[in-house]
Amino acid sequence: MTTAFQVHADDNVATLLADAEREVRLVGGGTVALNEPIALGHKVALSDIAAGAAVGKYGIPIGTASVGIRMGDWVHLHNCASRFDERSGGFDGVTGASKDMVYE
Amino acid sequence: MNEVAARQWQAWLRPDGRKGVRNLVLVIYTVQCAAHVAHAIAAGEEDVQVIGFPGCYDNQYAIRLVLALARHPNVGAVLSVGLGCEYTQPARIAEAVAKSGRPADAFFIQDVGGTRSSTEKGKAIVRSLRERIRRETPRVAMGFADLTLGAECGGSDGTSGLVGNPVVGRLFDQVVDAGGSAICEEIVEMIGLKDIILARAADERARAELEATYDKAERYCREVRQYSVSPGNFAGGLTTIEEKSMGAFAKSGSRPIQGVIKVGESPPWPGMWVMDSVPDPHFMQFGYTNPNDTEGIMDLISGGSQIVLFITGRGSVIGSPVAPLIKVTGNSRTYARMQEDMDFDAGRVLAGELSLDEAAGELAAMVADVAAGTQSKPEALGHREYFVMYKHQDTPELDRGCRSAA
Repeated sequence: MTTAFQVHADDNVATLLADAEREVRLVGGGTVALNEPIALGHKVALSDIAAGAAVGKYGIPIGTASVGIRMGDWVHLHNCASRFDERSGGFDGVTGASKDMVYE
Repeated sequence: MNEVAARQWQAWLRPDGRKGVRNLVLVIYTVQCAAHVAHAIAAGEEDVQVIGFPGCYDNQYAIRLVLALARHPNVGAVLSVGLGCEYTQPARIAEAVAKSGRPADAFFIQDVGGTRSSTEKGKAIVRSLRERIRRETPRVAMGFADLTLGAECGGSDGTSGLVGNPVVGRLFDQVVDAGGSAICEEIVEMIGLKDIILARAADERARAELEATYDKAERYCREVRQYSVSPGNFAGGLTTIEEKSMGAFAKSGSRPIQGVIKVGESPPWPGMWVMDSVPDPHFMQFGYTNPNDTEGIMDLISGGSQIVLFITGRGSVIGSPVAPLIKVTGNSRTYARMQEDMDFDAGRVLAGELSLDEAAGELAAMVADVAAGTQSKPEALGHREYFVMYKHQDTPELDRGCRSAA
């Protein structure tokens, strides 16, 4: 089974060490059922995170939940925004390409 | 004594006492109009490399950066080539380089003739300079205590903060413990980590330098509406600049940060240093702080880094002039796909094949091999990308004096 790494004990997300479809095993023990497939290097929520609450990784807030997140959800651009970068949220969730620039 | 502290290799001794791991002739053009001739001069010439400044109007920051590269420990001699109309003066560059004890020459293309005659003249000069520095430069023993290492991230992904950067951080700790220096420049990739950075300061002076530099970087990113995070980072699983920052900062290791140096400034004493590459306030705005990876690598080399480590998750195909670039990835898929460009696969740590410390030891051995003359992959592939841009930084206090590492 694919493993996921929770860097700090306070973190509410873990990083996948390979692609996974249904479930991941945490390096520190336990498993988390995935609500959707998640790719290598991306994050899974380890608990429910209310809209407006901090998303924590490395023991620090890496952003704020922009909508409610459920345990097992993929945590990324569609549900987590930077506290600094105002362009955060204006990017394609899969390719990361910016959607706020006009090409006409 | 561990392996890192013990390794020695043969280096070239420069007049200022610093030691180089290469013995290069650097061709420097002073305006884009001279770029073709400069590259034609260096084409096919062993140990001759090119950098240049594209603008016709001169810029104090760019001149400081170019001179720091021209007087880098890996550079033995310089030829500066201009067109003849531009503000930046090739003869002044050669004069400053000659004062450092290195042979140097300069000419304007308009004084010599056209493309072919200038190329022929330039080739004759660089061959003579190369012959001279090969004959005259003293060879001396060098070890990690004499080394300044730079580290830059590019194309980070979710693996970079877990293994790619932490492996480099452990190597940095070993280099610092051996009496050497290490430099990170990406202050714009420390956004969100103010308290964590300040907690690493060696003393109150260093803390004040870091705080001022951090505040300036955060303000600058907010004003230009651009943070140092890219579509490739997002696709690789990084969601915000804060997340990327934590991963990027891991490459600084764990030793106390001695303070902040500016572009073109070498660490005044050994240890771990942060380089400030963000523009200082000025009546002109100079755009984004580090428009691409090459710009940051040039900054690190201007700080005297004899070798630069480049940590990438997504993959990259750049190199650098003056100082060899060693490419490290924490993503084994990227390593497999881009093996011709990637030097080191730190993803083996994620697969459980070796520990972070073992990986740092292997990387240290690779650094020593490259310092001893083995070409890194970007070097062997002929990558020599450079980027010198208009920017403004207040003139650094270049003579802070020395202090013992203790």
